[in-house]
Amino acid sequence: MAEIRLEQLAHSYHGAPSNPADYALRPMDHVWEQGGAYALLGPSGCGKSTLLNIISGLLVPSEGRVLYDGKSVNDLTPQQRNIAQVFQFPVVYDTMTVHDNLAFPLRNQGQPRERIDARVREVAEALEIEPLLNRKAQNLTADEKQKVSMGRGLVRDDVAAILFDEPLTVIDPQLKWRLRRKLKEIHQRFNVTMVYVTHDQLEASTFADKIAVMYEGQIVQFGTPRELFENPQHTFVGYFIGSPGMNLLDIALGTSGVEFEGRALAVPEAAVARLRQRPEGRLQLGIRPEFVQLVAPEDADLHGYVDLIQDQGTFKIVDVRLETPSAPVIKVRLEEEAAVPDGRIGLHFPEAWQRFYIDDHLVEAADEDL
Amino acid sequence: MKTYNNKAWWLVLPVFVLVAFSAIIPMMTVVNYSVQDIFDPSTRYFVGTEWYREILADPRLHDSLVRQFIYSFCVLAIEVPLGIVVALSMPRRGLGVPFSLILLSLPLLVPWNVVGTIWQIIGREDIGLYGWILNSLGLDYNYASNPRDAWITVLVMDVWHWTSLVALLCYSGLRSIPDVYYQAARIDRASHWAVFRFIQLPKLKNVLLIAVMLRFMDSFMIYTEPFVLTGGGPGTATTFLSQTLTQMALGQFDLGRAAAFSLIYFLIILLVTWVFYTAMTHNDDKG
Repeated sequence: MAEIRLEQLAHSYHGAPSNPADYALRPMDHVWEQGGAYALLGPSGCGKSTLLNIISGLLVPSEGRVLYDGKSVNDLTPQQRNIAQVFQFPVVYDTMTVHDNLAFPLRNQGQPRERIDARVREVAEALEIEPLLNRKAQNLTADEKQKVSMGRGLVRDDVAAILFDEPLTVIDPQLKWRLRRKLKEIHQRFNVTMVYVTHDQLEASTFADKIAVMYEGQIVQFGTPRELFENPQHTFVGYFIGSPGMNLLDIALGTSGVEFEGRALAVPEAAVARLRQRPEGRLQLGIRPEFVQLVAPEDADLHGYVDLIQDQGTFKIVDVRLETPSAPVIKVRLEEEAAVPDGRIGLHFPEAWQRFYIDDHLVEAADEDL
Repeated sequence: MKTYNNKAWWLVLPVFVLVAFSAIIPMMTVVNYSVQDIFDPSTRYFVGTEWYREILADPRLHDSLVRQFIYSFCVLAIEVPLGIVVALSMPRRGLGVPFSLILLSLPLLVPWNVVGTIWQIIGREDIGLYGWILNSLGLDYNYASNPRDAWITVLVMDVWHWTSLVALLCYSGLRSIPDVYYQAARIDRASHWAVFRFIQLPKLKNVLLIAVMLRFMDSFMIYTEPFVLTGGGPGTATTFLSQTLTQMALGQFDLGRAAAFSLIYFLIILLVTWVFYTAMTHNDDKG
């Protein structure tokens, strides 16, 4: 049980990194609090697994420190750190029974037999693998093996944290959902810090209280699923979270205010003032498809035609191609029963949901602007 | 609707022909010899199981069979653990990998009779490096007169020649174990012994099965090395089954007895190999 703190942590697989691209993990500071359920979300190759392996001690970081409850563990092996980790693909000890597999980490600690048996029963019950306990592990199916792998992670109750590296990749979709619920229950029951790596936002938001979004070796935002949705700190978060992702328009500051390809957009005065104070960079306006409104042409700054309607069952996604020179597509998410008008339509971006980015980073709005 | 016919047999036919000429026909010839007493092509008598009864009661066969089993047992008992230890201590990356692979392959490339000759010379107490050193240290070593020394020399020769094979097989087996198993073991706080016992050894099972069978069959048929070293001596100390058989078939031209001997020899290898195989795989399908 521990709070895990990363201090100026960075890692490069090359000897001496000369530019940021050499880093698998760019320098970061981060805190995972004791007892939290966290997800580490990001696309393949963003450094999620590297970060996890550094926390568990399988990998030694090239820079910075990892602290458990304030004590540096950089020089400690995974054995000494007392941490549990579940890997993407099932790892079982073939020649042992399921029971012995689950008991293995406890036996290595030299725990008394009655305690081991009790813990194994408890974990097997939670993962619904009690009937398998006396079977040889090598004859199990892939998802049974993965449950055993997870069980070995959960069986020790004194661990600093349990790390999951995309543990449900090999599991059926239905079982996936049940297992995620199980993990959540186990988390509540044992009050142990859990960090769950995934590239699936749904998986992240059903499991975790707070999600860290990783992109190109950095944590670009750390927040609740709602914060990530409503207030993406980085354009990548806007794009990666949500389905579909945030609409992003390249804008410019003109004499009259914010302009998009020569057209003035209705934007709060305060936002324009803030943008003018900032150093120059690539300016973008972001708005989630959920918040874009389809209105009559005369009530809007931007106009376009419906390109495509995708019916997703409970909602639909409407692609609107704008009339402006580069003819970008704005995605609009509508209720299933909402009518989609024909012909030329207007698009309205409610001010409360407009987000501004300079060089991909959010320009924070003061509270009174919203 | 699939049509069923027997055309596929035509595709299997070449293999049948090949196996017939390479195995079945020669073996049947031996069977033929083993049930007849042949003086010349026109004078032969059917003797039934007489040769078999005679050979099974022959003390020469008993002696060399016992010698042979002890020898194969020693070979396996030394080469398999040693091969595993060598494989475990081989480097996993860097320049050491090709270096150690080449080094280990070298003995495998040396022909049997050359190995025999090498050790025959190296073991001599007058001009041989080892023989001279051992005798200078006050140890009375002479493979030509002392049966114990002859045995040790033949065993050392085999270990020198063939441990590499076991080591290379095990090394390939070890290399195919994904890193994540070792990572999981570190997370589970497994000891080095536990990693070996529960990860490496189980994953090596298949290559070890091959190694054990190859080394058993080969050592059970050993002929050249002791023949070159001492001609089976001193006395009959290193006369193993194949040499007894050769003496019988070619030395005494006792074809009937030799044929019966060959078949018994063959059945022993078959039986022992089957026992090994069954013993090492019987756990696979148990749940």
